[in-house]
Amino acid sequence: MSDTLAITLRGVVKRYGSNTVLRGIDLDIRHGEVTCLIGPSGSGKSTLLRCMAFLEEHDAGLIRVAGDPLGFDAARNRLPQTEIARVRRNIGMVFQQFNLWPHMTALGNVAEGLRQVLRLPKRQAQERAMAHLTRVGLADRASYYPSQLSGGQQQRVAIARALAMDPKIVLFDEPTSSLDPELTGEVLNVMRSLADDGMTMVVVTHEIGFAAHVAQHLVFLDEGQVALEGRAGDVFAQPWHPRLRQFLETYLDRGASVLLG
Amino acid sequence: MSDFSALREAMPEIVDGLWLTLAMWLAASALGLVLGLAIALARRFGPVWVDRPLWAVVGVIRGTPFLVQIFLLYYGGPFIGLELDPTPAGLGGLALYGAAYFSEILRGGLLAIPPGHVEAGMCIGLSRLQIVRRIMLPEMTLLVLPASVNMFVVLLKETAVLSIITVPELTMAVTGFGSANFAFSQAALVLAIVYWTLTELTGGLGRLLERRLDRFKLA
Ligand SMILES: Nc1ncnc2c1ncn2[C@@H]1O[C@H](COP(=O)(O)OP(=O)(O)OP(=O)(O)O)[C@@H](O)[C@H]1O
Ligand SMILES: [Mg+2]
Repeated sequence: MSDTLAITLRGVVKRYGSNTVLRGIDLDIRHGEVTCLIGPSGSGKSTLLRCMAFLEEHDAGLIRVAGDPLGFDAARNRLPQTEIARVRRNIGMVFQQFNLWPHMTALGNVAEGLRQVLRLPKRQAQERAMAHLTRVGLADRASYYPSQLSGGQQQRVAIARALAMDPKIVLFDEPTSSLDPELTGEVLNVMRSLADDGMTMVVVTHEIGFAAHVAQHLVFLDEGQVALEGRAGDVFAQPWHPRLRQFLETYLDRGASVLLG
Repeated sequence: MSDFSALREAMPEIVDGLWLTLAMWLAASALGLVLGLAIALARRFGPVWVDRPLWAVVGVIRGTPFLVQIFLLYYGGPFIGLELDPTPAGLGGLALYGAAYFSEILRGGLLAIPPGHVEAGMCIGLSRLQIVRRIMLPEMTLLVLPASVNMFVVLLKETAVLSIITVPELTMAVTGFGSANFAFSQAALVLAIVYWTLTELTGGLGRLLERRLDRFKLA
């Protein structure tokens, strides 16, 4: 059953001290689909995404990636570090703050995992890294350092870095939120072309337009729970859920009026 | 000036003193840096029972004058069976002093690395050791460069304190000449000029290096 699913979450709970941030999340991420996570600030979107990469350790529940338990098995035994690393290898992560390594060139950033983790010979790693930079339209910036790149370019390098490891699923946490408005387009375009190629993607975003046009699966998170989920078209066509409606209405001011009838 | 013959006579000693100052400075800096890095890493990644005692030792060294430390080491050492000649005692003391400060500088550098840079490494599949070696240490180096150059300068100036336990370094040699020839203020002036020249050179070198490394700066 779960091998047809990219990621499954069952009863996932996450607390920070006495603050319960995720209150029992059940969610299926299907292969080849773009899933968008939307919701008000503080609803737990980032936390949920970070749990899927085991950057945060969930306090209860079970997460499976490509069928294998992530971090803890069903009996809540912590899995060995090598097993965590192996399961995590299915996942690529793109951060809001890019998080490129400033002392490496664009090419160096993308090639790092190929060299250090996959142990490819230098030339082969650089060729593959170059191919990924080309894919995000940055072949001519290969020898630039992050400080010499615009935000949009940095984020595209970060996407290339994630893709270079050949993940089955790529997670994006508000990939355009720290970009100037005129730079969001180039990043969204790369993501759209990835989606067209059938990449499985989970995207936390405030770009309602992107969610409406690219996502197949939409998840509305509210106060640490999945308040509503479904096919993106259906959810947007009929935002009957009062909290979702309220949430979307805040976007009317920002020019996303096309979405609401 | 009749002092010239006296100066010529004292010159070899003064030159030796200069060399010893440079040698003590560079050796103590290198030792202090290596030991400081070890302390910083142990405190950052080690268990509490490693962190606590190191915190205490570093605090004591940073909270007392170097002059007092060197007295303790040189004159107090024999009471615990640690009998050292002036030069090794001076080198050890200066290296420990440097290590305490360097450990704080480097620890601050490690803590200033954006956590996301480490997380990006984890997501790529780098091991803990690879993350430290490939990401944290290089980024730390960039972050601590200005403070480290400053510490090198401090260590150079503190070598003068070693004259108090009769290490025949520059200050010892020049003040010796000065008191033998009743030329204290001239001797002090010469010392000031030499130390200031050396610290300016160090600072200039540091700024040059910083400019060279500018493109690695975080955006
Ligand atoms: N490391 C942490 N320690 C303590 N509390 C945290 C931590 N990270 C998140 N939280 C809390 O968890 C809740 C959910 O945070 P999260 O970042 O997941 O929200 P979000 O939906 O991503 O919000 P935003 O849209 O603002 O990014 C918030 O109340 C936040 O204060
Ligand atoms: Mg968030």
